[in-house]
Amino acid sequence: MKVTILDYGAGNIQSVQFALGRLGVEAKLSSQKEEILASDKIIFPGVGQAHQAMKQLKSKGLDRLIPQLKQDVLGICLGMQLLCKATEEGDTLGMGVFDVNVRRFDDNVKVPHMGWNCIENLKSKLFLGLKSPTYMYSVHSYYASICDETIATSEYDITFSSALQKENFYGVQFHPEKSSRDGAQILDNFLNL
Amino acid sequence: MLTKRIIPCLDIKNGRTVKGVNFINLRDAGDPVALAKQYALQGADELVFLDISATLESRKTTREMVKKVAREIDIPFTVGGGVTSIEDASLLLRSGADKIAVNSAAVKRPELVRELSQHYGNQCIVVAIDAKKTDQNWNVFLAGGTVPTDLNLFDWAKKVETMGAGEILFTSMNHDGVKTGFANDALAQLSEAVNIPIIASGGAGAIQHFETVFKEGKADAALAASLFHFGQISVRDLKVELQKKQINIRL
Repeated sequence: MKVTILDYGAGNIQSVQFALGRLGVEAKLSSQKEEILASDKIIFPGVGQAHQAMKQLKSKGLDRLIPQLKQDVLGICLGMQLLCKATEEGDTLGMGVFDVNVRRFDDNVKVPHMGWNCIENLKSKLFLGLKSPTYMYSVHSYYASICDETIATSEYDITFSSALQKENFYGVQFHPEKSSRDGAQILDNFLNL
Repeated sequence: MLTKRIIPCLDIKNGRTVKGVNFINLRDAGDPVALAKQYALQGADELVFLDISATLESRKTTREMVKKVAREIDIPFTVGGGVTSIEDASLLLRSGADKIAVNSAAVKRPELVRELSQHYGNQCIVVAIDAKKTDQNWNVFLAGGTVPTDLNLFDWAKKVETMGAGEILFTSMNHDGVKTGFANDALAQLSEAVNIPIIASGGAGAIQHFETVFKEGKADAALAASLFHFGQISVRDLKVELQKKQINIRL
């Protein structure tokens, strides 16, 4: 199986590569169109600032390529948010795969939402073999609201989408690559979809 | 619900852990990777590595260690010690660290916090603050607690929050090493002063200290070193006990 991690200059993407390595999968980092199109599974990670990340995606033409992909795509954290319609972070337009907007948490809770929180209402093969609720590690200041494409929810001040799915596009707000055994299970499930 | 985090801290010199470690079933107690794995298996929520090396050569060794840790463990970890520039931070993040901690360098040049958070996002910038209470006033200290400053703990915490810190790691020098509990009053006050997560450090000596640091100190996470290293309390046992005390804990 050919797995590609989209490399567009976003922060620490090695940890995703290492996590896949622990599952025995050697994933490639790439921003090359041909290489991406020839992959079986694509992981779209992202840490950093939305506006900046979108700019980098555009400069590599990835903002047009990603929504056209037919393979299974997994957006992680900012990757998931950039697959949404728009985000309040830097007033950034996303790629519009998921029909939902991304908003900032209110200041009546500590922001960023950082640490291990439950994901529940699990509705996808992505969560095969996991109990509900399960703990996942997250760190983010913005969230996608609940919508038709929600496949997992979490609570922090409000209830939000901790995972989304539409056709071959999957998005998780948490970091499966940093969420111990259960996180590894989710990555493994994605590879086996 | 978001859980309270338990964070073992490892001091690193020349790529090895330096504080004594007394772990059963650990063949090489000085190997940070082996130790990190052990803690992750016990249910630690995160790890902090503090590089106390003084030379550039030995910093390079630390980066090699960071790479190995990133390859092998599946929980988040922070690396701090001697980060003075975007370049330092970038080398650590590219080696696989999830967050970096800055301390003295941020006091000397507060713009550093802004530069780092703009570059990498505030989620990976931890500002570590060492402070000591004298005459009702909490003052910030530098260089591992050896150099006093005029900065007030709470003012400094508010300032780094506006500069883009994603989290504060507060070590009370009055409590550090004494094992009689955390600086709960100051921690609670700090939690009021800023709206970013606080990691409490300094003073852990018993399970009940963790209970009070979460309940009274309102900390989001608690860090300890020797308590865990010497096997006095295992991370697992601590978390089981805390859950019994109605504290939200991941087990």
